Amino acid sequence: MNSLLKEYHLQLGITVLLGCLLALFALLSPQTFLNGRIYLSFLSTIPFVAILALGLTLLVVAGELDLSFPSVMAMSGFAFVESYLHTGSPWFGFALALATGGLAGLINGLIVVKVGVPSIIATIGTQFFWRGMSALLAAGLARNIAVLRDSSFHHFFVGRLDGIIPVQAFWCLGFAILFSLLLNRHVMGGNILFVGDNIRAARLNGINTDRVRLLLFVMMGLVSAFVAVLISLEMGNWWPTQGEGYLLLVFAAIFIGGTSVYGGRGTLYGTLIGAVIIGIIEAGIISAGYSGFWTRVIHGFIIVASVSIYALIFRTRR
Amino acid sequence: MMMTGSCDQASVPILSLRNICKRFSGTQVLNDVSFDIFAGETIGLLGDNGAGKSTLIKILAGVHRPDSGEMDVDGQPVDFATYAIGRARNYGIETVFQENSLGEQQPLWRNIFVGRELPNRFGLLKIGEQKKVTMQILRKYVGLQGKAINADSRVSTLSGGERQGVTIGRAMYFNARLVILDEPTTALSLGEVGRVLNFIRQLNCQGSACIFISHNVGQIYQIADRFIILDRGQVMGEYRKNEIAADQLSNHLLQLHNQV
Ligand SMILES: Nc1ncnc2c1ncn2[C@@H]1O[C@H](COP(=O)(O)OP(=O)(O)O)[C@@H](O)[C@H]1O
Ligand SMILES: [Mg+2]
Repeated sequence: MNSLLKEYHLQLGITVLLGCLLALFALLSPQTFLNGRIYLSFLSTIPFVAILALGLTLLVVAGELDLSFPSVMAMSGFAFVESYLHTGSPWFGFALALATGGLAGLINGLIVVKVGVPSIIATIGTQFFWRGMSALLAAGLARNIAVLRDSSFHHFFVGRLDGIIPVQAFWCLGFAILFSLLLNRHVMGGNILFVGDNIRAARLNGINTDRVRLLLFVMMGLVSAFVAVLISLEMGNWWPTQGEGYLLLVFAAIFIGGTSVYGGRGTLYGTLIGAVIIGIIEAGIISAGYSGFWTRVIHGFIIVASVSIYALIFRTRR
Repeated sequence: MMMTGSCDQASVPILSLRNICKRFSGTQVLNDVSFDIFAGETIGLLGDNGAGKSTLIKILAGVHRPDSGEMDVDGQPVDFATYAIGRARNYGIETVFQENSLGEQQPLWRNIFVGRELPNRFGLLKIGEQKKVTMQILRKYVGLQGKAINADSRVSTLSGGERQGVTIGRAMYFNARLVILDEPTTALSLGEVGRVLNFIRQLNCQGSACIFISHNVGQIYQIADRFIILDRGQVMGEYRKNEIAADQLSNHLLQLHNQV
């Protein structure tokens, strides 16, 4: 029991933090937070940030970053809507979006792994590239796909189960379970942990570190494309700045969750709760009657406070 | 080499190297290195810093690929194009590298099995089994005196000696036929050094061979049956223990050192 507590103290801590926030919001605005409707609204918006953050967590655990995913979302989202509008087949559009995202991820991976550019720099570059490329191809114009709203395709990805529960929440849960199994139980997860912990040691133990990192970049490209399709469907359109707001929210979710920026250690449960915390703050603040400007202030405070606590716990001071 | 009839079995070396050459960006690090290793013996590999000892054993271990030369395992030629750490391990070649090969933040059960996990048919790890074996290794090779080390302990909580115990225990557990130890005793206390030397004796008794690299001629002389002296990438001497005394061996090394 004691060792369990020790092993999972991080997960416990972040859950308590979420509980406290919810209690605080319920106290400040009971009419909102003691009513199921706000939670349904959370279930429709939080999964987008959460799925992206879950995917990126694996990359961060391996000691890499990807700052390009918002632009990869725009590019692959554009591939989705444009090919759907031309062919009338949303499934074809979906496949093309995944192919686009996977290719963008592969390019990131090759630049980082084979050429040797640090991932933070490489993905700043590709981030500009894909943002520009998607805007160019779209001639700077948005695309409307509201006609898909009643299709089975739409229901499959972002419909409402029983007319109530947003389906994207189940996708999010699926990703959380899949990635948790991968990281904690699968051979690949062990490889990811060692690559992030000490890449030289990983090599000396026979891990193909290039392959592990390439796969992770491709995975992140695919995840970005998947979320881009979901967001386009949920909103009924694609627009050139799609994905732009997600960068900092996603990183905030990961680091609030307790994943180490140095690699080698991370928790997908923490990331999931981190995404929820980031996602409920705005609603909590506004329904308590405060200005929306407080959202950023509180986001900032919680991020700094939680990473400071982790730094103290793990003694990462140099 | 003179061999009596009864030793014919041992006359096929476990591993044999011929004319191994290796360059790193223009510098010749290994130049025509050849030698054989037989079952049940320990070779002491000596040489100054930068002589190429680590590079040589990394070629055996599958980390580096030589530019030219051949290697046989049990008399069968090894194809360097496909040779890698996993292959070396399959041959029963286990290496304790000079540099850290443990994941600091990972639990011991992951470190023991990294690169050769026990997965079920879905690729999911048999964690319970890996932890059980880890505890066996800890009991047998690391010694759990009073300290709360278990399979879930992180490497970062271990002392230098305990870490070395883990890497050596890992090498011993997997039925190695050739254990390579690259300066394993540099950071160890006297007692811990004794433990390492005992492991090597045990290995030899079981018929496994060992390559032991150290700067400590005393230690090497104590444990090895043969000595190979490497200097600037070349084998400068090869002696059996009965051919050379400990102080002659030190003098030989000193002379090479002073030539630089
Ligand atoms: N990966 C590498 N890349 C370039 N040079 C290397 C590499 N590894 C070793 N060297 C060089 O090869 C020479 C031999 O090194 P090493 O085999 O580590 O010697 P030793 O273990 O005998 O001290 C040194 O000059 C070292 O700088
Ligand atoms: Mg060395």
